[in-house]
Amino acid sequence: MESLQIPPVDLRLLTPLLIVVGWASALLLIDVFFVPNGRKKITGYLAMAGLAVAGLAGIPLWNVSGSTFSGMLVLDRYSLALTWIFLIAGALSIAVALDYLPRHEIEQGEYYPLIMFAVGGMILMAQSADLITLFLGIELLSITLYILTGFAYPRVASEEAGIKYLVLGAFAAGFFVYGIALIFGATGTTSLAGIADYLSRQPFAPQDETLFLVGASLVLIGFGFKIALVPFHMWTPDVYEGSPTPVAAFMSVGTKGAALAALLRVTLAMEAARDFWLPLLAVLAAATMIIGNLGALGQSNLKRMLAYSSIGHAGYILLGIMVAAERGAEAFLFYMLAYTLTNLGAFGVLIALEQRGEAAWSIDDFAGLYQRRPMLAVAMALFMFSLAGVPPTAGFMGKFFVFTAAYAGGLGWLVLIGVITSAIAAYYYLRVVVKMFMQEPVRDVRPELTRGLNTEILIAGVATLILGLLPTPIVLLVEQSLVALGG
Amino acid sequence: MDNFPILSLILWLPALGALGLLLVPRENAELARRVALIVALLTFLVSLALPFGYNAAPGDATTMHFVENLPWLPMFGASYSLGIDGVSLWLVLLTTFLLPIVILSTWDSVHTQVRNFQILMLLLATAMIGVFISLDLLLFYIFWEFTLIPMTLLIGIWGGSNRIYAARKFFLYTFSGSVLMLVAIIGLYVLHRDALAASQPGYAGSFNFSTILANLRSGALQLDTTVERLLFGAFFLAFAIKVPLWPFHTWLPDAHVEAPTAGSVILAGVLLKLGSYGLIRFNLSLFPEASRWAAPAVAILAVIGIIYGAIVAFAQSDMKKLVAYSSVSHMGFIVLGIFALNPEGVSGAILQSINHGLSTGALFLIVGVLYERRHTRDMAEYGGIWKVMPIYAGITLLVALSSAGLPGLNGFIGEYTIMQGAFLAPELSWPFLSFAVLGVVLAAVYLLRMYQNVFMGDLRNLKNQELSDLNLRELATLTALCVPIIALGLYPAFAFGPMQASVGETLAGIVTAVAGR
Repeated sequence: MESLQIPPVDLRLLTPLLIVVGWASALLLIDVFFVPNGRKKITGYLAMAGLAVAGLAGIPLWNVSGSTFSGMLVLDRYSLALTWIFLIAGALSIAVALDYLPRHEIEQGEYYPLIMFAVGGMILMAQSADLITLFLGIELLSITLYILTGFAYPRVASEEAGIKYLVLGAFAAGFFVYGIALIFGATGTTSLAGIADYLSRQPFAPQDETLFLVGASLVLIGFGFKIALVPFHMWTPDVYEGSPTPVAAFMSVGTKGAALAALLRVTLAMEAARDFWLPLLAVLAAATMIIGNLGALGQSNLKRMLAYSSIGHAGYILLGIMVAAERGAEAFLFYMLAYTLTNLGAFGVLIALEQRGEAAWSIDDFAGLYQRRPMLAVAMALFMFSLAGVPPTAGFMGKFFVFTAAYAGGLGWLVLIGVITSAIAAYYYLRVVVKMFMQEPVRDVRPELTRGLNTEILIAGVATLILGLLPTPIVLLVEQSLVALGG
Repeated sequence: MDNFPILSLILWLPALGALGLLLVPRENAELARRVALIVALLTFLVSLALPFGYNAAPGDATTMHFVENLPWLPMFGASYSLGIDGVSLWLVLLTTFLLPIVILSTWDSVHTQVRNFQILMLLLATAMIGVFISLDLLLFYIFWEFTLIPMTLLIGIWGGSNRIYAARKFFLYTFSGSVLMLVAIIGLYVLHRDALAASQPGYAGSFNFSTILANLRSGALQLDTTVERLLFGAFFLAFAIKVPLWPFHTWLPDAHVEAPTAGSVILAGVLLKLGSYGLIRFNLSLFPEASRWAAPAVAILAVIGIIYGAIVAFAQSDMKKLVAYSSVSHMGFIVLGIFALNPEGVSGAILQSINHGLSTGALFLIVGVLYERRHTRDMAEYGGIWKVMPIYAGITLLVALSSAGLPGLNGFIGEYTIMQGAFLAPELSWPFLSFAVLGVVLAAVYLLRMYQNVFMGDLRNLKNQELSDLNLRELATLTALCVPIIALGLYPAFAFGPMQASVGETLAGIVTAVAGR
């Protein structure tokens, strides 16, 4: 009998991931035993410190690339760049929660380690070069999010959001696993490099091909749920609306970003089957851009509006993924960063205005904000213009990169849909600006700006402007972020 | 002095001023106005160096002058590149000239949140100057789109009763028009990159206007007819909405009427010129074949605009609306001149852009003067104003006649040259000319009718008896506007001079196309 071979493991390649997950585990215990009730902010600061350390630990890895665990996990600049984006998203989501949680009387120390676990799941997804590890990442992320969406217990809306997300998430996971099984049945491997290798050896038996295509479609549907692509987007507005706002903010950039990042790697692996998935993704992207933005038009609840807007943005990002080889991967990374900062900033303003114990989020509460809190209104206007893609903001640059990549990749018609939906989107983003600057207050809303929130909005706002005016350094960085498939 | 970045200085001075204004306490309106005025005057003074240094600047008459070039997004070939030629020279000067006038007018017309008004106005100035001097298509687009934000806020915060509707309409109209231009810019960039990458592998592409133009003319980049027409159309739509050309004009009356006086002046004076400038700079140069193809159709729209604007202006009782519709009519002239596709027409269009900026800007200020005193713009409320405000009436007469195209004043030169261009254009010729002449006649009719109703006759309305004549500030702004109105009418060669070579260069592609058929 052959002895079991333990493949060599290079843990160095997983440093940020290990730090995040390890710190989160330790923090759970620290929180229970050492942090007194009512001072749970300490846990939050510790969590942010952990994320920062993980980010710093990633810097020396910039020139390192390789794979480990038999090629199931890879480290490349692509995953490292994403890791940083995710760490930023996690840290900002913690920053906005520091005062939100006590204000809504749902302060539990677990919130912060849970966010860290979710970030860990996202990093795992970005580093996965195997469908199995990818699934592990998705589940790690999803399970923590099931808890987080229902975190505002006993608010019914929050529980409803948690259950809804759980049911649909489990459903999606089913699709995903079944898809993996079928792909394994067809190709005999779950590793992305193995799949790419298999696909390049055309032709293969017809029954295998059918099996593979069905499997790939099921995986795609699983991704569709996680990214909230139309028509798998139905859960998004409800879940965002019900979740605690910092969680919704985190989900709007985190889940989406990680799933899109993984999708990019999977589509690269299936490059040989491009003729199969490109039309599918193109239709999904078109539908997502159109339905997402049209859906946002009618919303008078700002949280729901941002939910629909985030659906629309996933459509734009998908453009970059479809043409990953034509600089699409770079465009995707830039867009992801720009969108993360802008959207978290917008949610930050939302949180500042959120009154205790309220679930409904009327756009009317923004009326006359400029007269009460001019800087807050200016920041929100900046985020809205950035989401709409008006220069000189990060959002415009992101759209420009994505559209250029897509156009060069031969997807001109999708670019056309992209700009037309952008024009539609301008309408509802502008509505917020109009409310804030040009109308009188409707009711008494007292924005609460605490230090954590202030810092978060400031960072997001400055970054949104800088990315829009001088994107060169970041573009240079993402330019070098080549995607590896592992081996 | 050769390498002194004078264009950057002119471009960023207002923006720096806007930043500086943030330090001024919000309540201190007087200080904010003064700081803004000083910044604007400084910008104007610096910009005076442009016409005087133009001929001395390096480069021959057909190329760009005062060029600055810094890498910005090298991986895309986008750069921070600025430069002006005879087409943009006067438009830049018009902007910097109107800016202090507009700011001076805020003493009388803006009374709330004065500091923020000045900040937005200065930011708007930077954006507009940026549009005129950007030689990089991406940079151009960024400035182009950025003009929307301050202008929308200016209308929406300081405007009249229906300001929110007007602001929203303005933003959405122009934004929708521009997004297709973004696709066209991207498309042009990709086509250009791919065409050149065939001979230079690894070519990163370029957004530089001069580079793309040179490669188009040398044949290194060839566009097939359909693609050229689509690109032309996408650019055209953005510019036509901005001009605005009939039937894309409906945002204009709303925006003009609701905007505060200073906003209307800058809107009519400069913002509309972004459209005519774009048509000349991009559509004519880059897509000569498509321009020739579209010229008759566009000219028909322009002529409809001339007549329609004039007739609707005639029917107005609100003076501001009248001036707004007269803009539609006058901008029709400019588009007609551009699509005459000959040096006469295009030079006339550029000059008329300046003239319209001066005359219509002055008209909006004039309407503002009465509005500030009586808070109504209804002509029926006035009559016989000449008796109480003689200086005001005199200046108004001069401006109205300039707008109507009286020989000896600037409007005549522009309209005459445009009509000459239209007549000489083989595709247009006398039918278009006759409609243009009709437009001139109608302009005299509606402007003089307004003059008659407001200024002549007896002082019927007793409320008008106490009206005070222009104060010093108003006198200063209006007199300042009258100087170029007269000067351009008497000695237009000063303006036409630097224009000739650049217009010839712009039309080079079209002339070749004519010769080649």
